[in-house]
Amino acid sequence: MSNHDHNAHGDANAHGSMKSYIIGFVLSIVLTILPLVIVLNDLMSKTATIIFILIMAALQFVVQLFFFMHIRDEKKPRFNMIALIFGLVILLTVVAGSIWIMAYNVVG
Amino acid sequence: MFQNFIDFMLNDFFVTGDPLILGAQVSIALASVAVVFVLTYFKKWRWLWTEWLTTVDHKKIGIMYIIASILMLFRGGVDALLIRTQLALPNLEFLHADHYNAIFTTHGVIMILFMAMPLMFGLFNIVVPLQIGARDVAYPFLNSLSFWLFFFGAMLFNVSFVIGGSPDAGWLAYPPLSELSGSPGVGQDFYIWGIQISGIGSLASGINFVVTILKMRAPGMKLMQMPMFTWSVLSSSVTIMFAFPILTVTLFLLFIDRYLGAHFFTLDGGGNPMMYINLIWMWGHPEVYIVILPAFGIFSEIVSTFSKKKLFGYKSMVFALMSISFFSFFTWAHHFFTMGSGANVNAFFAITTMLIAIPTGVKIFNWLFTMFRGRITFSQPMLWTIAFIPCFIVGGMTGVMLSVAPADFQFHNSYFLIAHFHQVLIGGVVFGYFAGLYYWWPKMFGFKLHDGIGKWVFWLWNIGFYVCFMPQYALGLMGMTRRFNEYNFDMGWQPLNVVSTIGGFIMGLAFLFQVWQIAHSIKFFKKEKSGDAWDGRTLEWSIPSPAPMYNFARVPVVTSQDEWWEEKQRIANGGKPKPLAPLEPIHMPKNSAIPFIMSVFFFIAGFGFVWGWTWMIVPGLLGVAICMIARSFSYDTDFYIPVDEIERTEAAALKGAN
Repeated sequence: MSNHDHNAHGDANAHGSMKSYIIGFVLSIVLTILPLVIVLNDLMSKTATIIFILIMAALQFVVQLFFFMHIRDEKKPRFNMIALIFGLVILLTVVAGSIWIMAYNVVG
Repeated sequence: MFQNFIDFMLNDFFVTGDPLILGAQVSIALASVAVVFVLTYFKKWRWLWTEWLTTVDHKKIGIMYIIASILMLFRGGVDALLIRTQLALPNLEFLHADHYNAIFTTHGVIMILFMAMPLMFGLFNIVVPLQIGARDVAYPFLNSLSFWLFFFGAMLFNVSFVIGGSPDAGWLAYPPLSELSGSPGVGQDFYIWGIQISGIGSLASGINFVVTILKMRAPGMKLMQMPMFTWSVLSSSVTIMFAFPILTVTLFLLFIDRYLGAHFFTLDGGGNPMMYINLIWMWGHPEVYIVILPAFGIFSEIVSTFSKKKLFGYKSMVFALMSISFFSFFTWAHHFFTMGSGANVNAFFAITTMLIAIPTGVKIFNWLFTMFRGRITFSQPMLWTIAFIPCFIVGGMTGVMLSVAPADFQFHNSYFLIAHFHQVLIGGVVFGYFAGLYYWWPKMFGFKLHDGIGKWVFWLWNIGFYVCFMPQYALGLMGMTRRFNEYNFDMGWQPLNVVSTIGGFIMGLAFLFQVWQIAHSIKFFKKEKSGDAWDGRTLEWSIPSPAPMYNFARVPVVTSQDEWWEEKQRIANGGKPKPLAPLEPIHMPKNSAIPFIMSVFFFIAGFGFVWGWTWMIVPGLLGVAICMIARSFSYDTDFYIPVDEIERTEAAALKGAN
């Protein structure tokens, strides 16, 4: 690797095909419209709606990562993948840890 | 109208009615006039602007970080001595309660965020590109922006001392005291905005160094061949990347509470102040590892250099560093065992806290075994390293005592805790960064610091430290709690407090000796002729001191750990020096005024937010946006150093060497 390779865009990685972009686009649109339809037409109970929206959000995240962020195409060593996983671990710790600690808190 | 303005200025804007602060105001005004006069008299304005304020050179940015942190060390140190003076005798009325609260708050914030962090970033900047054979960091413009955001954030925080009033809710600003109901003044807003603005800089620096280390290493240098300091910077920077966003969000929520009347952490309206404590320590605990990890790296470099041996257990050291930066995210609740989250929560966090002591212990053994049967030279950096080891072991062991949750109900918020964290932060972080400063000083400036005065500095710091903090362990067990500004005669705490105060002043004296040492070494300047001041092992010692602007005339090719040492050994054993590749023009980033100007606008916006002045917030943020746009449309950002200029620079450096 050149020592002063400043332009990160110069990566030789091919950035997906037309087909994968269209699939990603359609999937993300569907995942956006579904919750909207459910909410507007009152198709589910309140709890079920919330859970459904959260699941759609998580799937949306995955779609974005695979089709637009090209997480699969990364060359080794996979620093982006490691950072992503570590980020998710920290996220989980912050959310679950806070809920756990605050749930047993007898002071506040 | 005019009368109203005068009233506002005297009653709210400027802090009035305290002789100590009046003295500070006068001396700040005089010092500013003196600086302006000197710069004008010697016609140095242009030099200051083109050589320093707009520079993107990592070495100069590093030096500016270090200068700023030494100024902050002075201010934080004066705060510390005021605290110790007040506590020396029972019922002393040297500082009244409000003033005392402000002083311990600013002491804590300044020492961690505006002294330790910039000193750390200063060393990162100076050393990392040189150690990995790079010509600059990955994003030189961002690097300059990081420095100026830190600088103006720190200034915004410090200005509260004379304008508007200092924050006084403790260094982590726990609500409900830090909410509008508890702190109606602007001090707390200075706290929020000073830290937020410099926090952007810290986060950007963290990202910058992760990318630099992963992407900019000299050809051939594998990750497992990197110098240990570079590894420690990597582990610290990764921790910064994941911890600082938590701080930003937490302080932002507090800001929304104060500014827009929300109820995240208030006592009423469904808020929960304990949530703030939970969140702030998710940043606060990794933060202490962020500052200590690079110190571990510095000690590793120094121990190996001055024992003339390869570092013992390189792989276990790497593993220890990286596992500490990972586990540091899972121990935060040990800061509030007494909050009352029950036995299960406390047991979990007590165990994770004890676990994290293991990799730290591994490191201690690595350093000891590196010294074992080595040819040790007791030069200044090595002295600090040797003093660090026992000091940090004691500090670490009292930390393990604190991690026992049931026992912590006794130690919590007592002087035992104060003594513990000062022991790991002074004995670990400060000693570590001083060691690094003495070690890399010749690389920064081309001369060594005076040895004789250095020994005085070393002994005064060490004696002062133990005299100051050992009595505090006892005071804590005797029941003395932190943040009290006075105590009664009948508590029996006076003798130990007097001893502790004497120790504090010995450390103050040590700082004065340090200033003298630097001044003396500049006056009797003795050029360090070889670039290799300590017979070093890593790449930074293979180039002249101070390093030329482009660092390496030829990019080194690395084949082993301790590349420079191996090369020297090879030549000493009759090997031929590597053939020199022909010089090529060097691609370098151009200086830019945008980081400085943008940070000034950030300061203006922050100052506007503090006072709630929309007429100041809008132009401030607008200026920030314009600077960003200007940067994205500037294409003329780099240049090439021609070969004949490199030849001239190298020849001049060689002449200095002979």
